[in-house]
Amino acid sequence: MEPITTFTALAVALPIENIDTDQIIPARYLKVTDKNGLGEGLFAEWRNDPEFVLNQPQAREAGILVAGNNFGCGSSREHAPWALLGFGFRAVVSTYFADIFKNNSLKNGLLPIVVDPDTLAHLIATVARDPESEITVDLANQQLRLNDEAPVAFPIDAFSKHCLLHGVDQLGYIQAQEAAIAAYEARHPARLNSLA
Amino acid sequence: MPKTLFEKVWDAHVVQAADDASPATLYIDLHLIHEVTSPQAFTMLRERGLSVRRPGQTVATMDHSTPTTPRGADGIIPVTDPIAQKQLSQLVTNCRDFGIPVFELGTINQGIVHVIGPEQGFTQPGMTIVCGDSHTSTHGAFGALAFGIGTSEVGHVLATQCLLQQKPKTMEIRVEGTLAPGVTAKDIILAIIAKIGVGGGTGYVLEYTGSAIRNLTMEERMTICNMSIEAGARAGLIAPDETTFAWLEGRPHAPKGADWERAVADWRTLPSDPGAAYDAVVELDADELAPMITYGTNPGMGMPITGVIPSPEQAEDESQRLTLDKALAYMGLQPNRPLLGHPVDVVFLGSCTNSRITDLRAAARLIEGRQVASTVRMLVVPGSQRVKAQAEAEGLDKIFTAAGAEWREAGCSMCLGMNDDKLKPGQYAVSSSNRNFEGRQGPGGRTFLASPLTVVASAVNGVVSDVREML
Repeated sequence: MEPITTFTALAVALPIENIDTDQIIPARYLKVTDKNGLGEGLFAEWRNDPEFVLNQPQAREAGILVAGNNFGCGSSREHAPWALLGFGFRAVVSTYFADIFKNNSLKNGLLPIVVDPDTLAHLIATVARDPESEITVDLANQQLRLNDEAPVAFPIDAFSKHCLLHGVDQLGYIQAQEAAIAAYEARHPARLNSLA
Repeated sequence: MPKTLFEKVWDAHVVQAADDASPATLYIDLHLIHEVTSPQAFTMLRERGLSVRRPGQTVATMDHSTPTTPRGADGIIPVTDPIAQKQLSQLVTNCRDFGIPVFELGTINQGIVHVIGPEQGFTQPGMTIVCGDSHTSTHGAFGALAFGIGTSEVGHVLATQCLLQQKPKTMEIRVEGTLAPGVTAKDIILAIIAKIGVGGGTGYVLEYTGSAIRNLTMEERMTICNMSIEAGARAGLIAPDETTFAWLEGRPHAPKGADWERAVADWRTLPSDPGAAYDAVVELDADELAPMITYGTNPGMGMPITGVIPSPEQAEDESQRLTLDKALAYMGLQPNRPLLGHPVDVVFLGSCTNSRITDLRAAARLIEGRQVASTVRMLVVPGSQRVKAQAEAEGLDKIFTAAGAEWREAGCSMCLGMNDDKLKPGQYAVSSSNRNFEGRQGPGGRTFLASPLTVVASAVNGVVSDVREML
């Protein structure tokens, strides 16, 4: 995973609440056995509407999605962040993220940024009015800035921040605990054997 | 200090405790995998030259992309979609290469991952269980801490049998009282989600308590825990009790003999201690509940079957108004009108929520001697090959087909529109599944979530119906 530091990108607004992962990437795109090409299926049903925001010219250049409350609820499919990244998004801004989506995003370098409702409403209104609006994300300082406005702080847990800033692989981090895992297994015999 | 069920299971699985800089490392007892969310994880193992740490604590099945069409003369279920076939073949190759048992399509142990785990006794109280599927919460009905994970985490568990986890908060959902005839476990959980909302459980593990929960069968408890994720909670729990032990005893992978006695003694220590504190408490009165149905495009948009569809005018803010507007436009519904009497094109009895033998028995009892309306297609999809075999031994298949329903092979089927079972654009379905998201059951399809009994009542009448009028 590439380290994330600071980036600036155009944003698009999708002011719908509870956007589920079935909308982000419909199930028929899940028959793949790799991660490639999923950007084509991003919001596939909604993109049938020519007026849909991702069909507008500026969306092709956009790197940040600003969305309604409780983004990413529903299915655990990691294809959702893969599709968002495949389309070109590097961050999603909302007031709230569903747990599994958030975890999946953080493991793929897609930044879920939580802001308060007033900030979200302001971002949505500004981006909708001016498609040239740019958002700058500064992960090290945990700040988001819209155009030339004052920066807004956002929370992120210390471990995820460390992993994203330094491109740390979480599997490697667990593997480094081999002694503790082996000790746990020695103390706790397996509760079942599916091979028996 | 008194502990909750969740805290007991969590504490027993901490390999390395959390600190200010990093989350806890949690040991996983059982890892269930299926064809859709595992391929990229096996690719990662190969790229890094890793093996599966504990193949004997891993089980694979096929369910999501599998067809449920009847077998050919050769006894084989035909897979006509080449992309699905490739995914299924890939799972077999991956499991053989890494030494994991896999239940292939049409074999007796195959079925929906959340049906086969409990059915074969893999799922046991006090375990940690994960699967690359959000409805893994189902297994919490046994007092196991069970939750859905993404494919990266599937890779972590395959390689290390461990996961990094932030400790969730706990929410007690206390349901006291007695359900009226025609009101089921499905109605309890739809009422809970309507009450707390699709984000209401985010960050929590739910523990369902109270007399109404204690009186439920294991299948009913699985229905409740299954939909915990629809409230945003990754896991739901119900304390194990005599009902749990009686259900598990004798299942193929449940402990035997002296091991069984030791296991039960251990499981009896799991229920939350008196006075254990939860971070939040929600109460529900079972006596007050009616059959529930959803009208919108997420499972929180639910109401009693006799209710009227809410109006966007009454929304609390602009964002909620837009969301409800969009939902009703998609559903083709008008606010302030009832759903009762709304025409239905398809009814679906199946999914990891409601496809177990007791669901099929209850539905068969109700439909026996009645007919599916001529305008309605009814699919009955057993959750596993064992459920299917049991139902056929009891003659339930004959009852369904005599009523005009289709009797299918086991799988996820029309729950998620990634196999051949799909709604056509614009069709309305009353479905015993768990999600009414736009297009979930097929592009343009419109879903009303309800109990198996409401499914049958609506199938017979051809319109959304109140099952209580048929009892």
